[in-house]
Amino acid sequence: METFLTIELGTWMFLVIGAVFSGYAILDGFDLGAGTVHLFLKKEESRRIALNAIGPVWDGNEVWLVIGGGTLFAGFPKVYATLLSSFYIPFILFLVLIILRAVAIEFRSKEPMLWWRKLWDIVYSFSSTMIGFTLGVVLGNVVLGIAIDENMIYKGGLLDIFNPYALLTGLTVVALFALHGSVYLVMKTKDRLSDRLVNISKTAGMFFTICYVMLSIATLVYVPHAAEDFKETPILFAIPVVTLLLLLNERWLIEKKKYWLAFLSSATLTALLLVTIAIGLFPNILISNIDSAYSLTIANSAASQKSLGIILTFVIIGAPLVLLYTLFLFKTFKGKVELDEMSY
Amino acid sequence: MDVEILSRLQFAFTIAFHYIYPPLSIGLGVALVVFEGMYLRTKDKQWEQLTRFWIRIFALIFGIGVATGIVMEFEFGTNWAAYSRYVGDIFGSALAAEGVFAFALESTFLGVLLFGWNRVSPRVHFFSTVMVTLGSMFSAIWIVVANSWQQTPAGFKVVGEGMTARAEITDFWAMVFNPSSVDRIMHVWIGAFLAGTFLVLSVHAYYILKGRFVEESKKAFGVILVIATISALAQLVSGHGSANGVAVNQPAKLASFEGHYDSLAVADMYLFGWVDDANQKVTGLKIPKGLTFLIHQDFTTPVVGLNAFDKNDRPGLVNFVFQTYHLMIAIGMFLIGLTLFSLFLWWRGKLFDQRWLMILFSFSVLLPQIANQVGWYSAEVGRQPWVVYGLLRTSDGLSENVRAGQVLFSLILFTFIYAILFSLFIYLLNKKIQHGLDFSGAEKDNHQTQIT
Ligand code: HDD
Ligand code: HEM
Ligand code: HEM
Repeated sequence: METFLTIELGTWMFLVIGAVFSGYAILDGFDLGAGTVHLFLKKEESRRIALNAIGPVWDGNEVWLVIGGGTLFAGFPKVYATLLSSFYIPFILFLVLIILRAVAIEFRSKEPMLWWRKLWDIVYSFSSTMIGFTLGVVLGNVVLGIAIDENMIYKGGLLDIFNPYALLTGLTVVALFALHGSVYLVMKTKDRLSDRLVNISKTAGMFFTICYVMLSIATLVYVPHAAEDFKETPILFAIPVVTLLLLLNERWLIEKKKYWLAFLSSATLTALLLVTIAIGLFPNILISNIDSAYSLTIANSAASQKSLGIILTFVIIGAPLVLLYTLFLFKTFKGKVELDEMSY
Repeated sequence: MDVEILSRLQFAFTIAFHYIYPPLSIGLGVALVVFEGMYLRTKDKQWEQLTRFWIRIFALIFGIGVATGIVMEFEFGTNWAAYSRYVGDIFGSALAAEGVFAFALESTFLGVLLFGWNRVSPRVHFFSTVMVTLGSMFSAIWIVVANSWQQTPAGFKVVGEGMTARAEITDFWAMVFNPSSVDRIMHVWIGAFLAGTFLVLSVHAYYILKGRFVEESKKAFGVILVIATISALAQLVSGHGSANGVAVNQPAKLASFEGHYDSLAVADMYLFGWVDDANQKVTGLKIPKGLTFLIHQDFTTPVVGLNAFDKNDRPGLVNFVFQTYHLMIAIGMFLIGLTLFSLFLWWRGKLFDQRWLMILFSFSVLLPQIANQVGWYSAEVGRQPWVVYGLLRTSDGLSENVRAGQVLFSLILFTFIYAILFSLFIYLLNKKIQHGLDFSGAEKDNHQTQIT
């Protein structure tokens, strides 16, 4: 095994992929969340402003998903293949939702008729919400472990995927994104629209808190390996505590009108949720609930050392560039939304 | 129908649909760089109008390209799990490079390109346009490298056996510069330039016919015609290079291109024809010994024929490969003739008076589109029955757990969604074209009345 800074390449790859998916959840999370709360804005003008708040950035955000998919394929081909083929139907629905959402954003503003805009508003909001939900369901199953045999072939059925634990994870993700997205919109809007969004973010925050508490309890009850981790390393109990503190802090920052910091809080919340899951999995990636010997681990599913080295080199060169572009983009469009003739 | 047929149909359908858009994006990107560059140099309002008009069309096309592209990236895992495990080591690094180096570049600067007109200086805006165009060209490199590797694998070794066998990289640069990469990237790029430039030519020819925006259209038509002509000529050279490569690396494919069966015979080249696979006969108009000459530069050396391969190791749909390949070449030749002739008339100052030619150009947007599609069909179907040439059969690349019913469901779903998407695309494209180059008044009002 080759190492870099004393850590094995496979472990680096695991960290990198974790970071990319966290980046994705933080970035696309807010524009998906903006979609979830979209229908709660009633006036056509408000909806237009909300849409244009994510206008220049949503496509760049989605690229993190593409990079995540690419690095997973490259770093852990077996996980990529097994995960996607096992969840065939959810992923196909996910892809269809991604298309519908892009289309809704793109086409909504192209016709002035009210029915046309209302129709695409519904499609946009529905697909944004369901994308988060589907991802959450997959995530829930990854935490639980899935029925894969010794040849990495999925033996479960469609209904096994939609189990109560996974559904609860789905709801939690939707709530988290809604919170994150509404805070982003608060930051990008002004006057009455902004006030309205503050209220929406309160509701979303409550909803998330409830889901999160339920999910934590469910995890301790239904996910034995997670419960064990917590028993062995009690310090892990700090995570839910920190999460709840962050939630309180975010509420307080919104009251204080420190929106940017509030937005950072929900970004941290998102990352923390995924870090918790990653710690729970490590060094497994896809746990088999038929027999733990069949689980896909970092060691048995990674690409060759040579390939890992190449991809990590890409990441080292590429990550600063991507960060630079992203900063440039957000800097260009900082401040409140203003509509002009190029807007959606 | 079984899983294999359905998965192949689904892959072919989704990639073919995706491939309507990327070539247009890449080619239009080049046109945008030209228009905006001219605007920056001359400060001429007409170039600005052209730039802004084409940015709107670009936005529409790019958006659909992205949405349908994401499907492709995940479809390898959903439908071709065994294949993904086999090639992941190699294919994955190309796909990861594409994400990190190309998509990130294009998608971020796209935000500035589309929404930044009033936010950044003209130079920064121009810079963004260039970055988006470069980004889209880079993305073509990586995806074509990955595909070329499956056509002509290099720089790897096979490790393990049966279920656990997989190709591992031994030499990254040999993998990237596998025998067909460079030829095919050039061919794909130029095909994209043709697709984009002909869209521009077709819209402006239409305006000239209708007597709208005539002055701007003539300007645009001229520069873009020059690029289209160079591209059309270059495509012949590049295609010839590809064909020579195929002769060396994939002889069964080359033999299917020309319907050539007998290895002991010199090979003819057909202008058009029909292959009777059962009787191994081709009827049509041919240049005797043409293929032999192109490959060996003489009239006597035989060319490897399909019969040199076991029935299970050569493409089944020979006539299909033959037809698609010849259609591509016919279109290529026609485009060369069309652009050279038009360039000549342009130079004589008579181009825009030829109504029939303007009508022809209005429809000509379809030709590079068709050539791009059928070019891929011949390259991909000619590669069968291998998914990785000589190493992994298509039938061995499927997802083991996925059932025919599931694939049928997704295929129907994609067909339905894409049909809606395509209708909306045509509808909105037409609307934008009808609306034309002038934004100062009409469209703004339209937006204003809608606020509230
Ligand atoms: C990087 C990979 C890659 C790229 C860039 C392309 N393909 Fe491909 N193609 C495949 C990788 C692949 C594949 C995964 O290898 C398939 C799926 C099943 C198969 O046999 O090959 C395939 C099959 C396949 C088939 C079905 C062949 C058959 O089953 O007989 C068609 C018609 C195309 N492709 C067409 C295209 C088009 C129009 C492309 C233009 C973008 C394209 N391919 C790019
Ligand atoms: C199987 C093959 C392919 C896969 C897996 C694939 C994957 C993707 C993905 C994931 C995207 C969306 C990226 C984003 O969010 O910006 C995309 C868009 C794009 N793809 Fe493909 N693609 C394939 C074939 C091709 C080919 C053959 C070309 C070019 C020759 C190409 C060129 C592009 C370009 C330029 C875009 C940007 C969007 C646009 O210009 O419309 N793709 N592709
Ligand atoms: C003018 C004469 C042309 C010749 C001799 C030619 C030759 C070829 C050959 C030999 C291939 C197969 C390459 C392989 O399988 O590795 C190919 C593929 C292809 N051709 Fe052409 N071509 C010509 C014109 C065109 C035109 C005008 C277009 C589009 C505008 C086009 C688009 C394509 C595409 C998209 C492919 C598939 C990608 C690839 O394999 O490179 N070709 N062509």
